[in-house]
Order: sequence, then structure tokens, then C-alpha cells
Amino acid sequence: MAEQGNIGAVQARIRSKLTDALAPLSLKVIDESHQHAGHGGHHQDGESHFRIEVVSEAFAGKRLVERHRIVNSLLAEELAGRVHALAITARAPQE
Amino acid sequence: MSDITTAIKSEIDSADVVLFMKGTPAAPQCGFSMQVCQILGHVGVPFKSVNVLADAAIRDGIKAYSQWPTIPQLYVKGEFIGGCDITREMFQSGELTALFDKEGIPHKAAAKA
Repeated sequence: MAEQGNIGAVQARIRSKLTDALAPLSLKVIDESHQHAGHGGHHQDGESHFRIEVVSEAFAGKRLVERHRIVNSLLAEELAGRVHALAITARAPQE
Repeated sequence: MSDITTAIKSEIDSADVVLFMKGTPAAPQCGFSMQVCQILGHVGVPFKSVNVLADAAIRDGIKAYSQWPTIPQLYVKGEFIGGCDITREMFQSGELTALFDKEGIPHKAAAKA
């Protein structure tokens, strides 16, 4: 896919970590950094703000806050570095 | 418990719904804090707000308490519910009012039903 050819290194790493840990049925990792230009935490080279939409069996029976904690902890390294913010939508397959 | 943890715990336990935010509901200092205030206002649930900008110890302490890195933070009956995204998603799906109903917390949506 052309889209895949253009994704940045941070985005690719996020995708691979979530894929390995959550075996998602569906996963979208969207770079929204351009929407936050000039905002605090924005990185001049982009890849600072991401939207993640993930469907995984790992979320079944868990509250939203627990689901967000799972994603945050998987990406702790990225969040400690360049990634300033994640918008997370985490669903179980039956939802 | 440290003094600050004790202070935070007593804030969280002081009302059914407590929002740690930047600014006040009348004058929010951040768009995310404002969104949660608007949602709670729309649902018509009374809530207590704590302005983390007024106290650096609370601002840092609440993040450590909840193990959650950002403000705002919403608590219901002493339990951490989430930040802006979670509150908005729960509001849109109806989970938020369902939670208030389950906890017996009066709100406008229930009064109309």
C-alpha cells in the first residue's frame, strides 16, 4: 500500500508493538501531529500526536481506563520520548 | 501515606463526583478540562472541581496517585474513571449516565426519564 510506504519510524514502531502484544483484529495508527502544530509538545519533525484505533480480544471485559492503561504501558517508551499524546479507541471484537 | 496523598484522598472522597482540572468550571484553562466540564454540565450531575494549577503538589500528586499522566482526571465514588477521551466516549455510548445510575448519583438525564 502506498500509505504504508510513507509512514514514519515512530508510527511503524507503535504499529509493531501493538500488533505483537495485542494480536489485534483491526488496528489503525494515525499520525495527527499536523493538527497540533504550535501546540505544546509538538515535535518539529512530526510524529508527536497519534490516534490509535484498535480492536482486540485483550480488551474483553475490561473498563475503558484499563484498556487505555494497557496501550499506554505498551508504548511507555514512545510516550517518554517523542510521542506527546495518544488518542485511543480500544474495543473488544464483540463490541 | 504522605501528606499530599492524604490530601488528595480526602478530596476524592469529599464528593460523589470529583474532577481534577486546569482552571475552574467557570474559567477552564485547557480545552480538555473544559470538555469534561461541559459533559458533566450537560448530564446535569453535581461535581466538585479541584484546580491543579493552584497547587503544584496536587498537580504532581494526582498523577502519581492514579498512575495516569494527564489532567483532567474524573473520579466517581472514589474510583478513577479516566481523562477527557474516556469521559467523552462513555458519555457518547451512554456508559457515563449508566454509571451514575448504578452508583445512585442523581443527574438531570435520570430526572427526565
